[in-house]
Amino acid sequence: MTPLLLVSDLEHRYGARTVLRIPQLQVQAGEILALVGPSGAGKSTLLRLLNFLEAPSAGQIHFRGQPYTPQTLPLALRRRITTVFQQPILLDMSVRANVAYGLRLRTGGNGHGQEDAALQAVGLAHLAPARARTLSGGEAQRVSLARALVLDPDLLLLDEPTANLDPGNVRAIEEIVATANRQRGTTIVLVTHNVWQARRLAQRVAFLYEGELLETAATADFFERPQHPRTAAFLHGDMVY
Amino acid sequence: METILRGVVEALQLLLSFDADLREIVGLSLWVSGAALAISVVMGVPVGVWLGLRQFPGRQLLVALIYTGMGLPPVVVGLAVYLTLSRQGPLGDLGWLFTPTAMILAQVILALPMVAGFTMTAIAALPAQLILQLRALGATPAQVNLTLLYEARNGVLAAIVGGFGAIISEVGSVMMVGGNIDHKTRVLTTAIVLETRKGNFDLAIALGVVLLGLAFMANWLLLRLQGRLDPRM
Repeated sequence: MTPLLLVSDLEHRYGARTVLRIPQLQVQAGEILALVGPSGAGKSTLLRLLNFLEAPSAGQIHFRGQPYTPQTLPLALRRRITTVFQQPILLDMSVRANVAYGLRLRTGGNGHGQEDAALQAVGLAHLAPARARTLSGGEAQRVSLARALVLDPDLLLLDEPTANLDPGNVRAIEEIVATANRQRGTTIVLVTHNVWQARRLAQRVAFLYEGELLETAATADFFERPQHPRTAAFLHGDMVY
Repeated sequence: METILRGVVEALQLLLSFDADLREIVGLSLWVSGAALAISVVMGVPVGVWLGLRQFPGRQLLVALIYTGMGLPPVVVGLAVYLTLSRQGPLGDLGWLFTPTAMILAQVILALPMVAGFTMTAIAALPAQLILQLRALGATPAQVNLTLLYEARNGVLAAIVGGFGAIISEVGSVMMVGGNIDHKTRVLTTAIVLETRKGNFDLAIALGVVLLGLAFMANWLLLRLQGRLDPRM
């Protein structure tokens, strides 16, 4: 089966420093793939490349079998993927207008109620008319998720979406993510520091270390039978970083 | 005190009588400063956005020049424009000297750095990750820039208000390049200077009150616009 996303011979450099080198990585349609690894491993950089926000220094990314090189970062493709970042950046407008923002970019009009349904799905319909900048961190991240999910993306990229949130909000966001994957079949790549979160949500886990993809495996195998010694050290908390 | 009160009374009488000369002077003042502001906004806002977002060699020099431009003395601008447009000057053939066009040109030079500089500061103060987030939501470069302007709208409107305030009230450059010619280049500030020199303090104060009223109304309109755009107001 053709993967939704196939990364091959990908390299990314900042000046002379190579920050990412991935010979191959597949993202299957409908799965949640967790990317774990210590800080500075290149996880967030990889997400930016997967969202076509940055062109890789070398290599190819195939989306639904079609290759894209560093020179071709088409808007139509970028609009089938979206990212929720660690820090929710909401615009200085109402919560409803924030959720409708991506829809307005595509159609020029409003979301015809889709934004209200999206807010309902994240449990914040009552805050639709509120000013977005008055929300708490957890509420803002849920609005950020609603703003991404309302676009019904082929691929949703989550860059540590629950970092710095309280357990209640972590649980709420994990439920939203799991529901989107289960009910709508949304393909998700989740970057997380929290290996337990990866274990709870993902079907597969990939381990990045210093820009190298050291191991990718089904979640149970990854946690119970890690193949690479650095993966084992990371999981056992022996890796100092 | 009595002179000031008489001036205020005369200002009201002038306004209520719809004096033709006053209407002409007010109209030309608004035309010159309005056109200069419009040109400064059209040119200065994109430059400010560009400078607020980009890093390139020579940027610091350009920013230093803009900051210097924000404090340009109007008489120096008037002198430079006068020399440029005078018969022996490089643009003397245009025949703009002592016309409203020359006055607009001088006021653009005064307002443009303020509009560009304040816009640049407002854009640069936005969160660094905002652009990435907008692009991740599918924004085109034009949509990104428009959204950034919306997010920085308070600063951009302050830039426009500042630019207008700097030119509606200045006298040095318009006096030098316009010449304060009756029915041709006389604006409120140059008329105030003339009436003061003639000893017509009542009329000078009346014109001053009208000028202040105009500046207040223009700023009030811009603040109302700011209020409509800002959910906090």
